[in-house]
Amino acid sequence: MGELKERLLLAPLRGWALIGFGMWNAILWSLVVTAGSLVSSMGVGLLLLPATLAMLRSTANTARRLAREWGGVEIEEPYRPIPPELAAEPGLGGMLRRLLARVSDTQTWRDFAWAILDSVVGVTIASFAAGLVLYGVYGFVIGILWPTLTNAGMNDWYTFVHVSKSGALTNLRWAAFPVGAAFLVGGAYAGPALIRLHARWTSVLLGPTATAREAALNRRVARLTETRADAVDTQAAELRRIERDLHDGAQARLVAMGMNLGAAEALIDQHPEAAKALMAEARESSAKALTELRELVRGIHPPVLSDRGLGDAVRALALDSPLHVDVTADLPGRLEPAVESAAYFAVSELLTNAAKHAHATRVRIDLWHRDGRLRVTCTDDGRGGATVGSTGSGLAGIERRIGTFDGVMAVRSPVGGPTEVTLEIPCASSSAKTSTS
Amino acid sequence: MRVVLGEDLYLLREGLARLLIAHGCEVVAAVGDGPGLLEAMIEHRPDVAVVDVRMPPTFTDEGLRAALAARARVPGLPVLVLSQYVEQLYARELLADGAGGIGYLLKDRVFDAAQFVDAVRRVAAGGTAMDPEVIAKLLAHGGAKEPLGTLTPRELEVLGLMAEGRSNAAIAAKLVVTERAVAKHTSNIFAKLDLPPSDDDNRRVLAVLAYLNR
Repeated sequence: MGELKERLLLAPLRGWALIGFGMWNAILWSLVVTAGSLVSSMGVGLLLLPATLAMLRSTANTARRLAREWGGVEIEEPYRPIPPELAAEPGLGGMLRRLLARVSDTQTWRDFAWAILDSVVGVTIASFAAGLVLYGVYGFVIGILWPTLTNAGMNDWYTFVHVSKSGALTNLRWAAFPVGAAFLVGGAYAGPALIRLHARWTSVLLGPTATAREAALNRRVARLTETRADAVDTQAAELRRIERDLHDGAQARLVAMGMNLGAAEALIDQHPEAAKALMAEARESSAKALTELRELVRGIHPPVLSDRGLGDAVRALALDSPLHVDVTADLPGRLEPAVESAAYFAVSELLTNAAKHAHATRVRIDLWHRDGRLRVTCTDDGRGGATVGSTGSGLAGIERRIGTFDGVMAVRSPVGGPTEVTLEIPCASSSAKTSTS
Repeated sequence: MRVVLGEDLYLLREGLARLLIAHGCEVVAAVGDGPGLLEAMIEHRPDVAVVDVRMPPTFTDEGLRAALAARARVPGLPVLVLSQYVEQLYARELLADGAGGIGYLLKDRVFDAAQFVDAVRRVAAGGTAMDPEVIAKLLAHGGAKEPLGTLTPRELEVLGLMAEGRSNAAIAAKLVVTERAVAKHTSNIFAKLDLPPSDDDNRRVLAVLAYLNR
């Protein structure tokens, strides 16, 4: 039943939508051409071109999304990334250079070609998906209302059936039914396939070319090499820190404890009082060793994170922070342990920043997981002005850490505040929601 | 005093049992996992349960969850939770029902047997025993957060000692003031935190709760 609905209703509706899409493309490419020609003649186009090109790109991206959702054809975005320093360059110069970068991207031209052709090719394919079923229904309407229509003076052809009062063979009226049924069945059968065909047509020009794919792979390899080196460095530094902490802390305390106990053992018969004092000291040492181990463990992997997962661990962080912190968490079950840990330490760092650098009083942290990505936003009411590179802010460290998981960070922090940091890390979440009462 | 023990490490369980028995307690059950602990608490209705947070089967917060579940079934069942680390989050969850009879201590506190047994007794009597480390963390950023911002530093100090579970007399001794001065501080605290008049024990628990909830 569901499938029949898809064939008879959904596919034609999508066909109509794609026709509309093709028509919009016809308008769009004319706009691009107009803006482009104004560049040479009047220069006004310099202001219009970026806007029309942005429209072209977002239209192309919508087409890619529709191809995925309706036609099941996955189309990667093949655009060359704009380097961050260029994206941040202010003023007219930055705008022009960004425009140049966009125009010199081959895919922009392929998008343009697609917009022109889609208004013909795409619309044609979509028309079949949209029209076949409807044309079949039309046959039935003619068959049923034949006397009324012909009496009203209708004189038309439904395929080979001459619909008119003076038609040579009036009994051809009944032929309208099988013909209509044939269109209906054919349309139902072909509809989804036509939508898929349309998606494949979209992928011809909007998908990456072989060179673009290779360039993307090269970029990916470079990025992986970089983040892997970061990950290895971070790990090594972490291990060194743990080794040092154990060596100077717990290990040293245990040595002192052993010495004290040994001395107490030797003294216990002759000088029970002195032995008692040494044993009390040993007990003191063991308590200090425990405290140090506790701190160390917290720095490696906080117990509340293993117990309860990211949401409650961040709530625990909020409670320990000197600031007023509101936490909302919408997380299904547990996330990958490594990502949980990275996100936890990132939030910890952000809270420290908010208190230390931004002089904030209130912080809001939102955690949620959707479409296979963990998103974290941290907004404070501090004085702003944070940049990734600025000394001691630790933002670069966060970016490096989550980079290992292909995570990205966005910082919006105008001078005067507020600061909003968003992290996005791709990760799977595990099965059942753990009860957190 | 009848005690149920929940601790998965054999050495610690035996040590705790020995210590409690030496101080005149009767250990009616000593179990090593979460579900068993819940069962024992419901079945024996002890005067107090001494519970480790991390236990089998998942080695996360079984003990804590068993304690909360038991208190949901037997309101006010006194529980003293022991842990390798303390979290304000857990302290809040334990105190949330406002029924008192809650202790939350680091395992290290067992080293001082007399103080530990004293805490067990206080909890069994319906009082609270919060670890000084929980209190210290709260005091570290003072009363910057509402509603404690209205308390004077001295009142905050008194509230902290109250949370640890000390009586007015003990607080007076610690701060080297008269008991009457402490009583005045506590009634100020109750008034500022807007706690309705009721028996003193319950108000103390509510004050601690307000403290932790900030």
